[in-house]
Amino acid sequence: MTPITNEQVKQQRNAWLSRLTSSQAFWVLVAVAAACVFLSLATNSFASPTNLFNITRNFTFVAVVALGMTIVIISGGIDLSVGSVLCLCSMILAVVMHAGYNIEIGVAASLGCALAIGAFNGVLIAYVGIPPFVVTLAMLSLARSLAMVASNNTVVFEFGPDQDKLLFLGGGALLFGVANPVVFTLLLALLTAFILRWTKFGRYVFAIGGNERAAMLTGVPVRRVKVAVYMVSALSAGIAGIIETGWLGAVTTNLGSGMELQVIAATVIGGANLVGGAGTALGALVGSALLEVIRNSLGLLGINAFWQGAFIGAFILVAVTFDRVRNFRQPD
Amino acid sequence: MALLELEKISKHFGAIHAVDDISLSLDGGEVMGLMGDNGAGKSTLVKIVAGNFPPTGGAMRMDGVHLTLRGPADARAHGIEIVYQDLALCDNLTAAANVFLSRELQKGVGTLKVLDHAAMSRRTDQIFAELKSDTRSRDLVREMSGGQRQAVAIARTRLSEARIVLMDEPTAAISVRQVAEVLDLIRRLRDRGIGIVLISHRMPDVFAVSDRIVVLRRGRKVADKPIANSSPEEVTGLITGAIENVL
Repeated sequence: MTPITNEQVKQQRNAWLSRLTSSQAFWVLVAVAAACVFLSLATNSFASPTNLFNITRNFTFVAVVALGMTIVIISGGIDLSVGSVLCLCSMILAVVMHAGYNIEIGVAASLGCALAIGAFNGVLIAYVGIPPFVVTLAMLSLARSLAMVASNNTVVFEFGPDQDKLLFLGGGALLFGVANPVVFTLLLALLTAFILRWTKFGRYVFAIGGNERAAMLTGVPVRRVKVAVYMVSALSAGIAGIIETGWLGAVTTNLGSGMELQVIAATVIGGANLVGGAGTALGALVGSALLEVIRNSLGLLGINAFWQGAFIGAFILVAVTFDRVRNFRQPD
Repeated sequence: MALLELEKISKHFGAIHAVDDISLSLDGGEVMGLMGDNGAGKSTLVKIVAGNFPPTGGAMRMDGVHLTLRGPADARAHGIEIVYQDLALCDNLTAAANVFLSRELQKGVGTLKVLDHAAMSRRTDQIFAELKSDTRSRDLVREMSGGQRQAVAIARTRLSEARIVLMDEPTAAISVRQVAEVLDLIRRLRDRGIGIVLISHRMPDVFAVSDRIVVLRRGRKVADKPIANSSPEEVTGLITGAIENVL
């Protein structure tokens, strides 16, 4: 029996098409599209410009954090602190701008704080060896507490001389009426996809998630990559916090509360495997989109909002089961 | 002058003498079967050669030149590669990705460098062709047979044109048909002038492919002879201690 060559396989499989249809993210995208079509027909408010503007903008806050979380999950870790980091970074931004500094300094301070927290998480996980769940769980409490201290647990809504710039960042629409947060999200998604597919760092993340010991033995700088991964996650939370603050025009100390679970749900629905080694930027986007469509549609269809959690839970199970059934066909 | 010479190598972990006063030499184009019961010191000896830890005593020479290894990467730089028992492969990556792991090829200019997937695939396919393996560079390791996974692990050693390849139980957990594939891969490496140390529990495989046999027991060398001058019965006796030594 002559072995099949790579060329023959490529022709037989029509590689990209089969890769597409076997991707969980693709099917979730189909589900989102189908839901949108259904809702446009079933209700007269779903497809209205204001509602679409709201949906596209709302999902971005979860999506940006989900992009960072996807990288962490691919590496085999988890980051429970993102919601609190989002709040803390928003608070730092608010406090700095409120004190009269311009927006550039505010953003720099906020993102600097995010990177510092990410580095702190990463060092404890990679060098001291504490499990990611434990470290980020501790940071979840720590960061939120610091946010409350920074603001003395009050609402900050005055952002000094550069307030307009901040509000435009989060609430304006610079390009063709597309909300700014959406533009940021798409750019960050493209960046994330590029990193995962075309850089050494991206490949190392997949390797560590697939077999950390093998990665270490082959010479991958596992610990440094892990620190970087948690810095990326915290940074994405910081960016989301800045944009969301710009949109809301105010920062409260419960901002981002409970968001970490939403973000994890979004990444899992989008195809990231919690044991590590698999995930895509597109998955992060479509998972977040699906969550937002569920939330929005329940209201429009007049369904009790308390059912939201049931739908989200059901979708998580459906998405993961779909993935398992698909892989069931793989040989042992 | 041999390719690799070990002179009175010892490794002590506290009071435990994992390896005691072992001297041997390996030539290019030679397969040395290294046998011994569990705890005899085979893995420890091989890890010393691979640079995982330094010996407590003794010296190592390559091409007559004294060698002090500072780590696995240093060993690789000198042309010594090890294929681990569990192959150290990432199931979620392709064959090409695994072969080039931590040594990726890039294209681009200046700081704007991206992975060169096409070049890595091509080179990997080239190596598989040299090894006469039907493994494909774009397949995921997860979907491969044991023999194909071995080919990927061995292909890694070809990247840096390794001159010494250490293999730890390469035929341990695979099917009969795949064993033949792996032994063929070993022969091909030998035909290229590479010196191979083969640790194995499986007598038929060692006798099928080795040129020399070295037996360790309790950290000491008890046999070192051309395989044609030995037999499975003699080797079994040496491993268990029924035969004290044949040095």
